Amino acid sequence: MKSGRIFSALFFGLACLYFLLPLVGTLEFSLRARRGEYSLDAYRNVLADPQFHQTIGYSFILSLATIVLGVLIVAPTAFWVRLKLPRLRPVVEFLTLMPLVIPPIVIVFGYIRLYNTSSWLPLLGSAAGSDFLLVCGYATLSLPYMYRAIDTGLRAIDVGTLTEAAQSLGAGWVTVLARVILPNILTAILSGAFLTFAIVIGEYVLAALLNRPAFGPYMVWMGGNKAYEPAALAVVAFGITWASMGLIQLFSRFSKHTQARR
Amino acid sequence: MPLAPDRPAARLLVWLGVVPFLLFALLFLILPTLQVVTGAFRTPDGSATLQNIKGLLTPSILRALALSLKLSLLTAALGCVLGLLLAAAVTRGGLPGWLRGVTMTFSGVASNFAGVPLAFAFIATLGRLGLITVILRDWFGINLMATGFNLISFPGLALAYLYFQIPLMVLIITPALDGLRKDWREAAESLGATGAQYWRMVALPVLWPSLLGTFALLFANAFGAVATAMALTGSSLSILPIILFAQIRGDVLQDPHLGYAVAFAMIFFTGIANLIYVTLRARAERWQK
Repeated sequence: MKSGRIFSALFFGLACLYFLLPLVGTLEFSLRARRGEYSLDAYRNVLADPQFHQTIGYSFILSLATIVLGVLIVAPTAFWVRLKLPRLRPVVEFLTLMPLVIPPIVIVFGYIRLYNTSSWLPLLGSAAGSDFLLVCGYATLSLPYMYRAIDTGLRAIDVGTLTEAAQSLGAGWVTVLARVILPNILTAILSGAFLTFAIVIGEYVLAALLNRPAFGPYMVWMGGNKAYEPAALAVVAFGITWASMGLIQLFSRFSKHTQARR
Repeated sequence: MPLAPDRPAARLLVWLGVVPFLLFALLFLILPTLQVVTGAFRTPDGSATLQNIKGLLTPSILRALALSLKLSLLTAALGCVLGLLLAAAVTRGGLPGWLRGVTMTFSGVASNFAGVPLAFAFIATLGRLGLITVILRDWFGINLMATGFNLISFPGLALAYLYFQIPLMVLIITPALDGLRKDWREAAESLGATGAQYWRMVALPVLWPSLLGTFALLFANAFGAVATAMALTGSSLSILPIILFAQIRGDVLQDPHLGYAVAFAMIFFTGIANLIYVTLRARAERWQK
């Protein structure tokens, strides 16, 4: 299979070129802001722009809210379905996969028509209501990832025995969830959380169509108005995605060690 | 256990546990989708009609639909083939073992590196002043623009989409490749099969449902995407989601219910693709047990 190895190496090399060149290109481009020499001017301009701080701060807070909402909705449900309602499992799984079937732009279109100022629940009438709707939209988009992560975490532990043990010691449902189940699936929750974070921080369509001042629309605005700053933003965004995924890997590796010791 | 499922009141309490989730799904997933679907079959005053769906058959919308289908089918097909080759190269190509871990991690990142930053990365690399454009011009005297290549075009957008399509394929197909057992290969070889015959007559038939299923998933993935196209081409390349985006922003079709019909068309195609994916996925998993 010598020819196979040569072909593999050749193809892998080509793939490296395709995947790495845009990264190198972006980095190089972002350093070109000053004529004739490399500089960090583009980054300096971005960091000096109050809009950058406002939008990325806004998206950061929104992604934290999304993670909290997502965990609060998914974790008890996944736990409950596993423990008491296995019959309902296919239904819940189907619902959590729906956001992969229905494009985000269609979901947000539904929101705009359903929750506009003249509707029965005029969430879009106020800024706070719009923020709330955006967080719910993001929680919906991250539902497939959050549910899968948490359900995988629950599969690894004996939910029934742990619950009964805690209850026999007098724990109520909230205690069971918060102090027994949650610590045991923490790594799963964290991996779902970082994936959610990576999705939400640069999201464009929902934020733009709900008219919220998020990082995604800011990046698009920059793309239309500046030359080198967008490349700097892309480097920042790629760094954020990379950090999120790296942390997931780190946590899952960490959890493998703790499980092996048991 | 405080909740014995045999008492009717307790049984009701058991169901209460999933109410928050179902309520959330109803409000932010099911009702908005139903609103769009029913809107596609209604007139502004609420009576049933097929006029909106017929409205889709105008040249501009049909052109956008065809462009979207072409883009999604092409990037899904190329993503499948190239992703399979890449996954095969790192899992069974005789390359150093650590490359596999690196490739999987990078695929996890790249498959999530979609949207606006991806478009910026390609502009910075292949745009008018991009790295490759400049290198080709200064070192090799090749004017990329004069060769007819234009990043802000269909091929340019397809090239950018592959940046998340190929890694997604790698992530999904690698477990399937791991499911190909060594003894199958040995059995084939002991019967005198060549490497090519093994792939054609054993491996590919086993992988077929996975491949086709992932193709459907990649199709849906590309069909619903809008941010990358928006940031890369503005609205110069009218794919279906960009038409819908413009319609939501400013009613460019001058008929709100035509917007519903466009959205319905999008669900229709991604729905079919996902149905194929789920069906074939179930089949593919039989071999992975």
